[in-house]
Amino acid sequence: MTARILANPPLAIGTLILGCVLALTLLAPLVAPYGVAEQSIPDRLQRPGGKHLLGTDQYGRDLLTRTLFGGRTALLLGLGAVALGLLFGVPIGLASGYAGGRTDEVIMRVVDALLSFPALLMALMIITALGASTLHALLAIGVANAPGIARIVRSQTLAVKHEEFVLAACAQGESHAYIMFGEILPNLLPPIVIEASIRVGFAILASASLSFLGLGVQPPTADWGLMIREARQYIFLSSWPLLCPGLALALTIVGFNLLGDGVRDRLTGRV
Amino acid sequence: MMSRQASGPALQIEHLSVSFETPRGEVHALRDISFDIAAGEVFGVAGESGSGKSTLAYAIMRDLAPNARVLGGSIHFAGEDVLRLVPDALRRIRGRRIAMVYQDPKSALNPSMRVGQQIAEVLEIHAMASRAGAAARALELLALVNIPDPLAVAHAYPHQLSGGMQQRLVIAMALAGDPGLLIMDEPTTGLDVTTQARILELVTGLRHDVGAAILYISHDLAVIAQVSDRVGILYAGEMVETAPATQLFRRPAHPYTRGLLDALPDIDLTRAFRPIGGRFPDLMDLPDGCVFAPRCDFVEDACTRAQPAMATVGLTHVARCRRWETVIATPPMPQARRSAPPLLEVTPPVARVDNLTKHYEEPGALMRWLGLARPPVHAIDDVTFAVHGGEVLALVGESGCGKTTLGRLLLRLLPPTSGTVSIRRRQSGAEIADDAEFRRVVRIVFQNPDSSLNPTKRVAAILERPLAIQGVSRPARRARVRELLEAVRLDVGYLHRLPRALSGGERQRVAIARAFATGPELVVLDEPLSALDVSSQASVVDLLTELRHRLDATYVFISHDLSLVRHLAHRIGVMYLGRLVEVGTVDEVFRPPYHPYTRALLSSIPVPDPSARAATVRLEGAVPSARLPPSGCRFHTRCPSKLGRVCEEVQPPLQRADGTHWLACHIPLENLRRERPVRPAGGTPQHVAP
Repeated sequence: MTARILANPPLAIGTLILGCVLALTLLAPLVAPYGVAEQSIPDRLQRPGGKHLLGTDQYGRDLLTRTLFGGRTALLLGLGAVALGLLFGVPIGLASGYAGGRTDEVIMRVVDALLSFPALLMALMIITALGASTLHALLAIGVANAPGIARIVRSQTLAVKHEEFVLAACAQGESHAYIMFGEILPNLLPPIVIEASIRVGFAILASASLSFLGLGVQPPTADWGLMIREARQYIFLSSWPLLCPGLALALTIVGFNLLGDGVRDRLTGRV
Repeated sequence: MMSRQASGPALQIEHLSVSFETPRGEVHALRDISFDIAAGEVFGVAGESGSGKSTLAYAIMRDLAPNARVLGGSIHFAGEDVLRLVPDALRRIRGRRIAMVYQDPKSALNPSMRVGQQIAEVLEIHAMASRAGAAARALELLALVNIPDPLAVAHAYPHQLSGGMQQRLVIAMALAGDPGLLIMDEPTTGLDVTTQARILELVTGLRHDVGAAILYISHDLAVIAQVSDRVGILYAGEMVETAPATQLFRRPAHPYTRGLLDALPDIDLTRAFRPIGGRFPDLMDLPDGCVFAPRCDFVEDACTRAQPAMATVGLTHVARCRRWETVIATPPMPQARRSAPPLLEVTPPVARVDNLTKHYEEPGALMRWLGLARPPVHAIDDVTFAVHGGEVLALVGESGCGKTTLGRLLLRLLPPTSGTVSIRRRQSGAEIADDAEFRRVVRIVFQNPDSSLNPTKRVAAILERPLAIQGVSRPARRARVRELLEAVRLDVGYLHRLPRALSGGERQRVAIARAFATGPELVVLDEPLSALDVSSQASVVDLLTELRHRLDATYVFISHDLSLVRHLAHRIGVMYLGRLVEVGTVDEVFRPPYHPYTRALLSSIPVPDPSARAATVRLEGAVPSARLPPSGCRFHTRCPSKLGRVCEEVQPPLQRADGTHWLACHIPLENLRRERPVRPAGGTPQHVAP
């Protein structure tokens, strides 16, 4: 077992980082030394040490507490958006690849058109239409992820649909829906898992960007992107309000990327 | 041609042992292998998959996987131990003095380089010729491997050539360095029988022309018998018997060799056809004593206690068996069940195929409209036949003849371009129109169970599914699945296994059980045995025969293997390039009058008897493209007995030769009748009769 873990360091390190991040953010209400909205104006912009382990922000809120709670928003948005992307992308890609011919042609041209927008730009357009809120950020990033996922799923479907077991299913009278979801989809799980685990990191980054622009999570909710946005004005007074969420964000994304790489190596048999 | 040592073998292997380190343990791939090959000799190595054939080849090339370890022994080539050569010396030998021909010529050739250049490159790398000299020598080599029009071929790219031609090229490249040892690893396995016959002929010829020692590896004992001077039988990493070919096939001294011979379908129906029982041993956990003991008919207590020593059977004949004398003294297994002649009364047809045509059009309406699309592939052209209730109709032909397409048309998996397929119920004679009923009554078994079973589904789920579609209740399904497993002789413990945890033969049994789950009346068997090891083919044939009797089902058996067909079928339809060229009962097709193509097919089949070498009918050239099939008789481009213009211009109709025997040829029937039979009149088929 140890040998297998050591054989795939990205997977091991990624899992370790995300395990810590997940545990700390889930347990935030228990671990955090202060309340998430607890202000103390006399203690504003404190350096680390003393009563506040990582210092305080411009309202005197505890940075450790804010960072821990911000992780919840980040994970929720990242995982939620990718789940949403899968919800749309997988059936579209599966149907397109399975149907083939003109249907495939039409669906894929639409997907190509959507893919030609940068994902963040597309998310921005959706937010502009819907208005800024956490839910809308999740929707926007989720929808922006769907075309990429659809493309991957379609190409994998094309590879699997020519296997004889699909023909065997036709020969025993299975419905198209069963063949797609019952026969083909289980064989697509490895590439889907790989794709999803890499996308979560990008989704977290995208959600932080939206919040940074003021288009995602709204104050006073704790969110890393939002924290960075607010800390920007005080950067010459104290860099800690900026550093804490920034480092947390970087660490989490590195964690997801390592996990994605590791999962890919494991599932494609490279390690 | 080149200087060679006057005496001593070209290759001498002594006590070679190789194992692979895997995460699950050590795989003992080769153990204590010793043999030698003289210059100008062909040494055949035969064995089932997993026996270590390829590991042996790679060990001689010193090209083993990184996790392989040579545990001991030596490989002497031209006086030097290959295992001790420094990398520089090894590079000089590899590809030049020791050359290898692989199974798949397509992956051995560089697709982006002209053929002549590729051969010249070998010569230049080994500094054996100047640029100009290399080009000239390349042409010589192409001529040496019997390539017609070498100049044209030298300028072609590999994809422009047929599989047989590609394999000749690979052989030419191997010969470029004037090798002292040529290793051929299953060089004909992907090829059609008629092409295979020509390659085998080439190999036999090379032995005389080139004088290299040849190590010929194959799973097919019949092929080994055709080319080898001496033969080694490999089982689970051990050389269990080594003997001159004539000795080995006449007087096999090891029970495994006997088993392999019995497991081969015999086209002349003179031998037994039975499987080797038991399972191939786990190479990580080998049995104590003789490795073959758990599957051996001759096993006694002593066999399971200690490993037997190599026994000397004859001057150059050794076998790793303590009971070899008994084995030799035991008369060969007589043909198993001789039974009454097949299917006397003709029952009404359950399937009728009328003027069926299937052309595969290039997709893209725009290209068609612009006239830029390539012509359609003529997969099936104007085929008419009937399948009678309770019979086994075999469709035979080489790859690309349309037999698989025909099977899929029967199953309504493809829409026909024109013509009709109608399937009737056996009892009522009513045509099946309802789709659910059709799917229940007409079933198919595919060639390769690796791809026809969904790798993510467990056996229980695979077998329950067809029942669920037909609306069988869950408890009834469970019970039926157990019945099915028992019917295909698999353990109930297999229910929760994934396909990858089964052997090839077991997987095919699951696929068969799935086809029979709904109690079908017509089953299309699309090459159900060709992906299986020899040792399990006979048992699957037995199983199919038994199931047919039990269910009174009708089979359409699609195969390229006429030996199997002779064991299993009542009637045969021979196909060539989308057309049916001959139909008749097995006996009718196996004796004159023959369609010239059938005659070529029959005479190309290798038999495990070294004295029966050399095909009598050789087919020139490759199968023409199905996009532009030849005019007139489609076989006229390769027909050895072509009459003339009439063959090129007029398509011969199927005409009646005898009672149920039809063939499509312009040659007058009386001339065809006068030909000598290709195969001796054999016994009676053992599997067909009720």
